[in-house]
Amino acid sequence: MSWSALATPPPQETLLAAPAPPEATRTAYRDRLLELLPTDPRLICLDTDTGLFGPDQTAAAGAQYLDLGIAEHNLMGIAAGLAASGRMPFVNTMAAFAATRALEAVKIDVAYNALPVRIMATHGGLAAGHLGPTHQALEDLAVMRALPGMTVVVPADAAQAAAFVDRSLDLPGPLYVRLGRKPTPALPPGTPPPALGRAQTLRRGRDAVLAACGPYPVQACLAAAEELAGEGVECTVLNLHTLRPFDTAALVEAADHSGLVVTVEEHWRSGGLGGAVAEALAEAAPARVLRIGMPDTFVDTVGGHEHLLAHYGITPARVADTVRRALGLAPGATTD
Amino acid sequence: MTAPAALLPRTAEDLAETAEALAETARRVREHVVDMCAGPEGGHLGGAFSSTEILTALYFAVLNVDPAAPDDPDRDRFVLSKGHAAVGLYAVLAERGFLPTAELAGYGRPGTRLMGHPVRAVPGVEMPTGSLGHGLALACGFALGQRLDRRPARSFVLMGDGELQEGSVWEAAIAAASLRLDNLVAVIDRNGLQLTGPTDGKAPMEQLAERWRSFGWAVRETDGHDLAALVEHLSAAPWEPGRPGLLICRTVKGRGVPFLEGRPAAHYVTLSARNHARARAALRTPARRPA
Repeated sequence: MSWSALATPPPQETLLAAPAPPEATRTAYRDRLLELLPTDPRLICLDTDTGLFGPDQTAAAGAQYLDLGIAEHNLMGIAAGLAASGRMPFVNTMAAFAATRALEAVKIDVAYNALPVRIMATHGGLAAGHLGPTHQALEDLAVMRALPGMTVVVPADAAQAAAFVDRSLDLPGPLYVRLGRKPTPALPPGTPPPALGRAQTLRRGRDAVLAACGPYPVQACLAAAEELAGEGVECTVLNLHTLRPFDTAALVEAADHSGLVVTVEEHWRSGGLGGAVAEALAEAAPARVLRIGMPDTFVDTVGGHEHLLAHYGITPARVADTVRRALGLAPGATTD
Repeated sequence: MTAPAALLPRTAEDLAETAEALAETARRVREHVVDMCAGPEGGHLGGAFSSTEILTALYFAVLNVDPAAPDDPDRDRFVLSKGHAAVGLYAVLAERGFLPTAELAGYGRPGTRLMGHPVRAVPGVEMPTGSLGHGLALACGFALGQRLDRRPARSFVLMGDGELQEGSVWEAAIAAASLRLDNLVAVIDRNGLQLTGPTDGKAPMEQLAERWRSFGWAVRETDGHDLAALVEHLSAAPWEPGRPGLLICRTVKGRGVPFLEGRPAAHYVTLSARNHARARAALRTPARRPA
């Protein structure tokens, strides 16, 4: 596709059509895995008392479901042993515990051996809401994408979570999938299925690139782009759902054109998507990178997922304002 | 002696003969380790020598493994959870035919594959280890895989006693018993010493057998330098249906070299030329019976 085509936004009726109802990425993953278990004897689901799977579901899965209790390091070790024996374990825990408590087992037992363990990490980012910093995972993407050979994915909606379960069946090495907790909005109708390692262009424009991962950040970029379009500022919106391997080519192509990239994520501002974008652009295509994410603090207020996003500025308004300021526009001004 | 476990004699008389042959193998293993520890990097001699008989019994009389078919899906699995005893494992693997004995001379030297802790690049090494407290969960995974695939095979893991201070060991101990993995055998090299002193000085370990029994394991204890006893116990597992087995082996750190035996300093040594010669000479004298 030639870059000149990007000047033309996709037909607006596509974006305005009724989206799918909100659904949790974790339940979409669960339902797809349960469908696949009887079809593939390699698959085995290892749980850690998460409650994601109901009694009827675990009974139906038979020996392909095991609850190992509240022991995440052990979970990764057993998964590694099973994977080295020809299985493909889907391990279930919260992102906070997968990426920090069990990290050494993930690093040594799983990643070092390049084993096909699927780490299905729920409560990613701020999704744990009022449960607080012990259950929020704002470092997991930095940690996981530092590990050699680890594929790191953040589905932007339930359909993508299910799609990545399917994609993972052909992936020989380890995979980290960051999932949410409660239902989150769906991507616009007509969004094509995601491919591992390939950025998704959700909207095209030549003035700025909005790059995001995860349901609310991607929604924030789409909403901000819509708002800015009304002011004559056209933005490309990239869903960078795969942080590793990183689709540098797609990013560089978009950034080369506009020279301005705003990243949006539910992650501390270091090391996650913003870090990945900054690294890629610093090496390949100088562009200004502005990072929107969790400020350098632990959550210090009670609130649900959306409340915390608003509280810490991971919002369409912040995205739009960041673009306006970077382009030297007063709020509400246009490019004309 | 490379016969698979199933073909080995098991009468008391034959066990004694087997043990005699294994003792000579163990002596050669120690010679290799002494030579490696005289290299530029030195090595973890103490824990390698406390576990020499355990590794020798496993690889020469218990494990169903074949250097000609190291990836045979029906093979028994072994994980050296106390990965710092790599020099001992390398020596045993070389004696068993997994890698050329001459390659041991490259241990710790730039460009070779014999790192200070076991890596998968070394034939016969099932899992890289070194950070303590990982091996039991890995072996649980192997044993579970063997059961799910209905393979008549067993998984073994060797842990150090200091390693029991890692909480992940107890996570895996719970899981193995809960999963009723009676094709899993864990061995503890109970030499009583860790890097800086007695294990009991860091974490009291009285009633070790009772602790594991209370977790649901079948537990036995033995002299970890008694080859006949090791072969007898390890071959006979599972000892109780539905329970993973734990063999607590009383051992001596640095066993076989009098000036290192029982000393914390034996944990990691770089042998000078003089001490290399002393250690070599000590290994040529007839083995003493365990105290």
